Amino acid sequence: MSSEKTINLTLKVWRQKGPTDAGKFQTIHAKDISVDCSFLEMLDIVNDEMARGDQDPVAFDHDCREGICGMCGAVVNGIAHGPQSETTLCQLHMRKFNNGDTIYVEPFRAKAFPIVKDLVVDRSAFDRIIAKGGFISAKTGGVPDANAIPISKVNSDLAMDAAGCIGCGACVAACPNASAMLFTSAKVSQLAVLPQGAVERTERVLNMVSQMDSEQFGNCSNHYECEAVCPKAIKVENIARMNREYLRASVVSRD
Amino acid sequence: MNLNSNIPEGPIEQRWTNHKFNMKLINPANKKKFNVIVVGTGLAGASAAASLAELGYKVKSFCMQDSPRRAHSIAAQGGINANKNYPNDGDSTYRLFYDTVKGGDYRSRESNVYRLAEISGSIIDQCVAQGVPFARDYSGYLDNRSFGGAQVSRTFYARGQTGQQLLLGAYSALMKEVGKQTVEMFPRREMLDLVLIDGKARGIIVRNLITGKLESHTADAVVLATGGYGNVYFLSTNAMNSNVTAAWRCHKKGALFANPCFTQIHPTCIPVHGDYQSKLTLMSESLRNDGRVWVPKTKGDTRKPSDIPDSERFYYLEEKYPSFGNLVPRDVASRNAKNVCDDGLGVGSTNLAVYLDFKDAIAKQGKSKITEKYGNLFDMYQRITDASPYKEPMMIYPAIHYTMGGLWVDYNLQSSIPGLFVLGEANFSDHGANRLGASALMQGLADGYFVIPYTIGHYLSEHKLNEVNNDHSAFEDAQRQATNKIERLLSIKGSKTVDDIHKELGLLMWDKCGMARNEAGLKEAIEKIPKIRDDFWKNVNVTGSEGDFNQTLERAGRVADFLEFAELFATDAEHRKESCGGHFREESQTEDGEAKRIDEEYSYVAAWGFEGVGEKPTLNKEKLEFEHCKPTQRSYK
Repeated sequence: MSSEKTINLTLKVWRQKGPTDAGKFQTIHAKDISVDCSFLEMLDIVNDEMARGDQDPVAFDHDCREGICGMCGAVVNGIAHGPQSETTLCQLHMRKFNNGDTIYVEPFRAKAFPIVKDLVVDRSAFDRIIAKGGFISAKTGGVPDANAIPISKVNSDLAMDAAGCIGCGACVAACPNASAMLFTSAKVSQLAVLPQGAVERTERVLNMVSQMDSEQFGNCSNHYECEAVCPKAIKVENIARMNREYLRASVVSRD
Repeated sequence: MNLNSNIPEGPIEQRWTNHKFNMKLINPANKKKFNVIVVGTGLAGASAAASLAELGYKVKSFCMQDSPRRAHSIAAQGGINANKNYPNDGDSTYRLFYDTVKGGDYRSRESNVYRLAEISGSIIDQCVAQGVPFARDYSGYLDNRSFGGAQVSRTFYARGQTGQQLLLGAYSALMKEVGKQTVEMFPRREMLDLVLIDGKARGIIVRNLITGKLESHTADAVVLATGGYGNVYFLSTNAMNSNVTAAWRCHKKGALFANPCFTQIHPTCIPVHGDYQSKLTLMSESLRNDGRVWVPKTKGDTRKPSDIPDSERFYYLEEKYPSFGNLVPRDVASRNAKNVCDDGLGVGSTNLAVYLDFKDAIAKQGKSKITEKYGNLFDMYQRITDASPYKEPMMIYPAIHYTMGGLWVDYNLQSSIPGLFVLGEANFSDHGANRLGASALMQGLADGYFVIPYTIGHYLSEHKLNEVNNDHSAFEDAQRQATNKIERLLSIKGSKTVDDIHKELGLLMWDKCGMARNEAGLKEAIEKIPKIRDDFWKNVNVTGSEGDFNQTLERAGRVADFLEFAELFATDAEHRKESCGGHFREESQTEDGEAKRIDEEYSYVAAWGFEGVGEKPTLNKEKLEFEHCKPTQRSYK
């Protein structure tokens, strides 16, 4: 934790022109960075300097900068979203670093997340997993009154815990197997503990897991690195629940 | 231009029902013959795309982010209003309607607002059916809270993440249709133009943000749900990529732009702290339910807030508005914060902040109760500012948050261009001059789930639409123009960055078109904006190339449009010489310094037509009639 107002840093930033380019680290000096900056504001300052020098700025995804849209993310000194727990990169502040630090900044790496440019990766595999069953097939209209089916507060809270996932992909980047089990299980869990989700529970888990596998995400071997880096504190308990759902579905499925 | 709002006849309670019956239908088997483009995947866009696909239309959905789940609706914290009256505290469709018209300071269309209130309950039903985990109490039934000073508890919420949960609900409905291949999804595409053929909207030009290639997409109707224009101020609570480009390009193609000067300034945001800052962060308005707003009574009091005794604190909202206290509407709370800071009573390093203090609430309710209610917000505040609201008061200041103005639409949500429909924050329709808390989510989903599925069918069945291909000359022309603009941006090679100029524009807008506006300031803005625009086109440096993932080029295109749009904004603000809602004209205030409307002269929607960059826009007026909610001067004393 820095006690100074501004700090100087040496950044080693991953630069890669496109998916097939080899890529390499570029050394960039970040000077007089206010400790009240967020990590992305620090990158803004670095990029601003580069643009003034007519260099190509570092490409990175970002949007809400409030830690909720899930668009930003990079591996900072080996940790997805950086050193502060339960914090997205946009909410990580430079007071967590010291004057003179060297910081390595890399994209979320996984076979299923091809690099688009620099720190930007293609996470559309997540959308394809959701499209296979991460929903309840209730069409617009024709549904009962919202209070027709009471749901215990315990289950409702469990569903909300799982539903907090922002789909950033840090779990995949942190996993030695590049597994998407935490992401997939969060959606399976949310819908498994709600009565509305019961009708499609069998097909849901089978189809989502099958898509997850075909996207070349690895399996879970209980390292729990995913939970450690998750900015929204999604628990590995969800993976256990998904495994249970999967086992059940494998037995009862009529396909 | 003759503005026909197409409001149905009959008593207000029956208008939407009658209208739904009177609109023409399309045979279910024929719906698949129609192509609909939906731009934007926030609450309005995602819900519209999903619902239209469920009906059988062939839908193409576009978003500029890497996934439709990222749209900025996701950041809404507080909640969504509905007319359910579950708490048995006297709410009704009529009350929600009345409150919304009054809250909008009598500058919205009664019929639209009534419909919004009428269908609000169905939204909650729909979301629960989708698995949205709204807060519940121990009975298992849904919990409600009072929000933003409402006198009834009509707000449904999912912790401090209601927008996220509703958006993920709409996103899941959309992905369900993507999986069925009834919606074709186009992420990382930015709309650059609307294409008209025979005067009707027949497609769009988009740029693939990864390859840089321009694409033409044809359709029988285009639905625009591209959000608001708060980033014209550079600093706002909007997401970094939110922009006016899609709406502005439609405006340049003939869609009228209504009430651009109606912007909402949210009272509880984290204050500006440095010139490197990229955006402002909102703290949920629900904090005002328990937090007390104050500043020191004496100028230049630099003591720690905890060292200032109660007798030397100025609880200005509680003193001025005894019946509403800290819960006055957003515009009133914001303006009062500005006033005390203008009087030199502001706190913090910039003196542009006021305290929001939880000391009394913690003493009365206990820390654990406060943690349960606001824990995630307190954590967020601490992450950003490095200060704990449990130990010292938060510092807050108003920031641009929502824009009530937008493209003009009729009752069917159709713009002045046939076949172009506009939903959610991108249209002007329901919030008048000020939006009430927890009403944005309601409007976005109402438009997408329950209005557009009906009204678009009526349009498609009523118009003879010839088949068009994307090699039509109108598409080629539009592509050429978009290419020219991109090439021009890349060829300037000046010495200023895109952000330099965006910041300059933002400061001017905040200064002259912000929380308080006056004639001299607005005229100055109208004079200065074209100069900043000229500077941009002469001196900006856009690095990189066209056929590449180029975020500088993306930003440059958006800022170029903000620089045109800002002039219209200031023009609208200058012409409306009354105060109403979020538009405060210093010349028009009551003796107590409250906003004073001038109903005899300004009870209309100002719908502007484009006449060329730098040319004076034409003003069209849609007169507002109030049969039910008789305009009164709002009082929260």
